[in-house]
Amino acid sequence: MYKRIAGIILGATMLNNAQAGMADDPILTKVMINELEVRNTDGPDPIVWDAQMWIGQDLNKLWIKTEGEYVDDELEEAELQALYSRAIAPYWDLQIGWRHDFRPKPSRDWLVLGLEGLAPYFFEIDASLFIGESGQVSASLEAEYEIMLTQQWVLSPEIALTAYSKNDEEYEIGSGLSNMDLGIRLRYEIKREFAPYIGVNWSKKFGQTADYAREHDEDTSDVQVVAGVRIWF
Amino acid sequence: MRFKRKTIQQPYFNPGRRQFVQGLALGGAVASLGLGVSSSLFAANNKSMAKGPNTLTGTHFDLAISPLLVNFTGQERYATAVNGSVPAPTLRWKEGETVTLNVTNQLAEDTSIHWHGIILPSAMDGVPNISNGFKGIKPGESFQYRFKLEQSGTYWYHSHSGFQEQKGHYGAIVVDPIEPYPFSFDRDYVVMLSDWSDENPNNIYAKLKKLSHYYNFRERTMSDLTHEISEKGVEQVWNERGMWNEMRMSDRDISDVTGYTYTFLMNGQTPAEGWTGLFKRGEKVLLRFINAAAMTFFDVRIPGLKMTVVATDGQYVQPVSIDEFRIGVAETYDVIVEPKDDSAYSIFAQTIDRSGYARGTLTPDLGLTADVPKMDAGPILTHTDMGMGMSHMNHGAPGGMGMDHSQHDMKTMPAMDHSQHDMKTMPTMDHSQHDMKTMPMMDHSQHDMKTMPNMVTDQQTSKPAIGSGKAGYGSSTPITHPKTEYGPHIDMRADGAQYRLDDPGVGLRNNGRKVLTYADLFNLNTTPDPREPQREIQLHLTGNMSRYMWSVDGVKFADAEPLQFKYGERLRITLVNDTMMNHPIHLHGMWSDLETGDGRYIPRKHTVVVQPGAKISYLVTADAKGGWAYHCHLLYHMLGMFRTVIVS
Repeated sequence: MYKRIAGIILGATMLNNAQAGMADDPILTKVMINELEVRNTDGPDPIVWDAQMWIGQDLNKLWIKTEGEYVDDELEEAELQALYSRAIAPYWDLQIGWRHDFRPKPSRDWLVLGLEGLAPYFFEIDASLFIGESGQVSASLEAEYEIMLTQQWVLSPEIALTAYSKNDEEYEIGSGLSNMDLGIRLRYEIKREFAPYIGVNWSKKFGQTADYAREHDEDTSDVQVVAGVRIWF
Repeated sequence: MRFKRKTIQQPYFNPGRRQFVQGLALGGAVASLGLGVSSSLFAANNKSMAKGPNTLTGTHFDLAISPLLVNFTGQERYATAVNGSVPAPTLRWKEGETVTLNVTNQLAEDTSIHWHGIILPSAMDGVPNISNGFKGIKPGESFQYRFKLEQSGTYWYHSHSGFQEQKGHYGAIVVDPIEPYPFSFDRDYVVMLSDWSDENPNNIYAKLKKLSHYYNFRERTMSDLTHEISEKGVEQVWNERGMWNEMRMSDRDISDVTGYTYTFLMNGQTPAEGWTGLFKRGEKVLLRFINAAAMTFFDVRIPGLKMTVVATDGQYVQPVSIDEFRIGVAETYDVIVEPKDDSAYSIFAQTIDRSGYARGTLTPDLGLTADVPKMDAGPILTHTDMGMGMSHMNHGAPGGMGMDHSQHDMKTMPAMDHSQHDMKTMPTMDHSQHDMKTMPMMDHSQHDMKTMPNMVTDQQTSKPAIGSGKAGYGSSTPITHPKTEYGPHIDMRADGAQYRLDDPGVGLRNNGRKVLTYADLFNLNTTPDPREPQREIQLHLTGNMSRYMWSVDGVKFADAEPLQFKYGERLRITLVNDTMMNHPIHLHGMWSDLETGDGRYIPRKHTVVVQPGAKISYLVTADAKGGWAYHCHLLYHMLGMFRTVIVS
């Protein structure tokens, strides 16, 4: 596996798309900024991103995933995952790697075991299990569906759920289901690669996580109007 | 960079016919050769090439491959030209003669020419690293091709290096026969169809890998759904969508690359310009259709005129009168039309996915124009196209595609019109009740009951049935999927793949026109090699659409061992299409004798279209020693869906 990853990285530095030539399986790079948006809240409006990138071939890829939130000139949340991704079924990739949370401080590291792909009925799924240093285990599930209103207007509802195995007061995380994001975004694909969108996002905290929030006088649920852009290349 | 054309450019004289015919195919883009052509020069030049490429005749040819600035879309782009022409010049040869072609590479990369459909020694076939001793033509170097013409008919030539074919490196070949033509004609035109993109082909390929439906702007939308629900109700629509949703496939997935990026050309002319061919009332016009596109199937018709098909892939067939035909990539069809009046007629070649068209005009007078028809509605794939044939209609069938069809609406099966069928050949089937449980998926529109698997003989002619195993009648071997066909690289296996020779294909069924099918094709002459096949090879055309991976038997070219043919043997190749795309499969060096249901008159082809979810078979006489290419002719499929054949 290390050899394969090394090969992909080495290959990626030597080749680019235009040189794919007649190799049936060229090393390609895809950058996907799925969400880059401003969220309208009571306080300062956060800028939120969710972006991914892969380098690799048909069945074996190196994935980079990043998510984060930037509020009031400050990085509130930021995580980065680096994963080896291997196709295990026609529509499914198994992903193994490492995640680093830069924010909130102190930073943390996790081992990642993920499954990404397309489920029957065209649900895009990203399910991950994270194993932290202190024995904390977290699971996340993201599902998205695309409704083609026209060939260019796309409505995409999505859901994201996160759960933890233990309470962690430092990060205001409780065991069990901790939070859920429900969103719906309407985008217009000016080109396949470029689509501005608007939408609504509803975040809710549960259980001990919600209790921690209440202790700090924070909301346990929040509805935000969002506006952003989706770009890939 | 200029060079001198040594070939004599003389008007063509048709020896099989008294009349001297030149058409308007002369006057090509010869002025601008090589790099550095100014745009103004090109613009002037472009006008002069409005009637298509030059025709070169003789036995000695100097061909130079060079970049050429072209403008098909309003944007200037470099194409890959032959003698400064896109398409390349038409080469007019004579059967029995030996031709010598000096090909010079003025590109910055390797090139090659493959003479598509021409029977010749392996070393002259022009496929780098497969043809005996041929490594491609390096920049600045020349290669001399020399071979004797053992055949006549309509063929073409193109690069077999990289994606150069997409950039314009293709031209027509017409080989006149020694014997008189078996039909008469007064005019003789090449009609070459192709697809041009301003995009770099490498980028097209990369986009398909990143988002396989990138170019598909005919996807199912919400309004399609609400429309269907209002017509049929939620429950039924839910059931109908079931298979597609389970399989994560789109029934609108017809072409990988579409009119979104392509401009479709007829003899190098855009739809705006149109190609023009002249005729006089009462004349017979021979149209030699060649599909030189990289990725595009065309459905061709000339509203107001019947077409008589007289040859396919250069080989004569028993004449058949039709309104329309589908031409797969790399196929050729020769048709004769006879306009009886002084009207102009549109030659209309809409793409299989209806994302665009190429067009031309047949006219007695340059001042006349013809209406250009509207494109038909975009086709929608059916269960038939997914290989869910008759043998597989039992529920819970293996392969994960067994679905409950009991609630399907007849309207979704365009094909329940049995009126044209000879029911005598199907004594056991009660069609009056249309019992969908026994045969839910058959498209009977133009189906001949000879294809029914349980029919042993056609009672009218006492000929063996299709699928009987006899030479000309197709394989009786059960379909078995090799182990290599299971894994993340394969998204579908057509367990119920059937012969669908008489199926005009998706988008052409029941359109009210007489559409040519392979079941209509019979050799004009008796079968050249009447031997029974000594063995059979079953090959599966496979892939993963969403990952955009293509292979044969689940093994891509880079990982595959060559196929070994024994010199002199007669073998059958059965192709099973385990994908939802049409694949035009081209065997180099030897004929593909297509089994269409009459062992006495087996038609010969060089490129055979395998419909989605179908099987088809042909016989091959392995009479040409050496290495040969064998592949899908869709340019972005062939990198993986490719085999080397070695005859020894």
